[in-house]
Amino acid sequence: MASTAAVSPALLEQAMSIAPVPPEHWLIVAPVLVPLAGGAALIALRHRPGAGRALVGRLSILLLALTLAANIGLFLMVVEKGALTMVMGRWLPPFGIAFTADRLGAAFSLSAAAIALLAAIFTRGEAGTGAPAYGPEPFHLLLLAGVSGAFLTGDIFNLYVWFEVLLIASFGLLALGPDRAELDGALKYGFLNLAGTTLFLVAVGLVYGVTGTLNMADLAMRLPAMEGVPAVTLAALFLFAFSMKAAAFPVQFWLPAAYHTPRASTAALFAALLTKVGVYAMLRVLVMLMPAPLEELSLLIAAIAAATMLFGGLGVLAERDLRRLPGFVLISGIGTMLAGIALHSPGGATGAIFYGLQSMALMLALYLALFEAARLAGTPDLMKGGGLYARHPLFSGLVLALFFAAAGLPPFSGFWPKALIVKAALDIGAWWLAGAVLLSGFFLTVGLARAYMLAFWHPQRPPAPVGRGPQTGQAALSARPQKLALTTILPLAVAALAVIGFGLFPERLLQLSGDAASGLADPAAYVGSVFPGAKP
Amino acid sequence: MEAILALLSTAFLAAAFYLLLSRHVVRMLIGVALLGNGVNLSLFLAGRLTRGVPPVMGAGEEVLKAGAANPLPQALILTAIVISFSFFAFLLVLGYRAYQTLGTDDTRAMRFAEPDRLDPPTGY
Repeated sequence: MASTAAVSPALLEQAMSIAPVPPEHWLIVAPVLVPLAGGAALIALRHRPGAGRALVGRLSILLLALTLAANIGLFLMVVEKGALTMVMGRWLPPFGIAFTADRLGAAFSLSAAAIALLAAIFTRGEAGTGAPAYGPEPFHLLLLAGVSGAFLTGDIFNLYVWFEVLLIASFGLLALGPDRAELDGALKYGFLNLAGTTLFLVAVGLVYGVTGTLNMADLAMRLPAMEGVPAVTLAALFLFAFSMKAAAFPVQFWLPAAYHTPRASTAALFAALLTKVGVYAMLRVLVMLMPAPLEELSLLIAAIAAATMLFGGLGVLAERDLRRLPGFVLISGIGTMLAGIALHSPGGATGAIFYGLQSMALMLALYLALFEAARLAGTPDLMKGGGLYARHPLFSGLVLALFFAAAGLPPFSGFWPKALIVKAALDIGAWWLAGAVLLSGFFLTVGLARAYMLAFWHPQRPPAPVGRGPQTGQAALSARPQKLALTTILPLAVAALAVIGFGLFPERLLQLSGDAASGLADPAAYVGSVFPGAKP
Repeated sequence: MEAILALLSTAFLAAAFYLLLSRHVVRMLIGVALLGNGVNLSLFLAGRLTRGVPPVMGAGEEVLKAGAANPLPQALILTAIVISFSFFAFLLVLGYRAYQTLGTDDTRAMRFAEPDRLDPPTGY
């Protein structure tokens, strides 16, 4: 093997970054490194006898707080300086793997870290169903590492690898419980998601076959200029693979089958993060790298978006299990984001990004709140519980705010992105898409209002004979402790405050989403950070 | 050579999707194993396929010989093999555990997460 000394320094400089990395650039990889290393350490610590479990719990919160701090640092740096790149092993792109943080990636990564911290705090007060040695904490960290890696990587094969990292962490979380429903849900979730990511890998292989590069900035420069590339086929493959991750119609059935089975913190974490990774990948790959094929596919994506939204809305109307209800709200939200992507305009992309960011906080709070409501009521069945408002008025008021936000009613966060998307749709004359957004919002309003009446306002019903109705799924449900712990209320309140705050003061988030969307439409800054001196 | 491998990859993928559509978890598992292999073969095709020109640089050389295969897809395949194998192993254990606990490997009979159909909520 030839040593590097045999290669001329001039040649080496073309392939490697010789200059030392500025210390603050380590922040670009810190949101991935901290949870990845921390998760591995916690798995090793898990079997310590005695206080091992409590130690793991406390350490996980500390590590997640550290990750959040790194994310805040990265986000501020990116907002100040624009897109930043760090290359692995000093190999320069397009050969080396690059991590590139732009506004979109940094903002999504920041909210993901905040969500994971809130979910970890909730876990502290949660009754688990599994063996005590197998707590969810190490998986929270590994999941966050995968999610942040997907948001920050600048290499499309690396994106696939992060997809698999977050997928295997989510398998671990789902399969922790010994319950029949959990195993059933985990099996279906596992097969379908693996098929989805494998299709993504096929698309990545084809992209490399036709372009000879995997670096996203390089692809952004080359793909639009290439002739004779089956770009629409590639875009359709990516669209299918990411739709499966995001749970878009007609490949969304795994979500309502699986997301209500695990413990509340796991379901909330999945709902807040995993589907958003699919939407983020669509924004990054379809909107940024393949604008021309996206244009051709926009009618198809718009139809998928409308079907997804209406499926979610009808699902909310038909569902009577409190824990399955938010799954349909989530699917309807995915449809709204897809509508924004399909519109292929600055307003649409801004709306999709805004919706994605606020939906993380909203879905976390909604899942935690409704699982908690099912626990407090002693049954997840809307027709059997009731009386929550009389017993927990403050908690009920919080849930009402979340329902308003989910339905997209004005003073809350869901309203602004929906308004943006409806306006962008009407601007190009896609009245039916605007109509689908409004109609699904109407279904959600009716369905959630009825759920609120049945579970919260209705006087408490006498306990029903055991054995009928939806299976409880969680042993914890039958325990029926009537008090709300601080670790339960705190994450809920913080997420709800974020939802209300985004609704009342949307300017900053709107500005950020707009900047992120223009960074996608014109990736010059992104490309410039990877290839200094290149002209896109 | 490319055509043969392309056909082989197609056959693997077709068999994999056929098996994945099965109702039985065991067949779906075999489908997952085949799927990974089919995809890896298609990745293999993304680099050139050549015989006799290994992608190895001798002492003093700074570029690969003309017509040498591109080593990068092979590195990608190594990653993908590790991932698909570990996922297969995980799903195998999960499927076996599900069979032990649920007492069936027929996905039609696995209705534990979504039990009987309940009517939508009616009235107040």
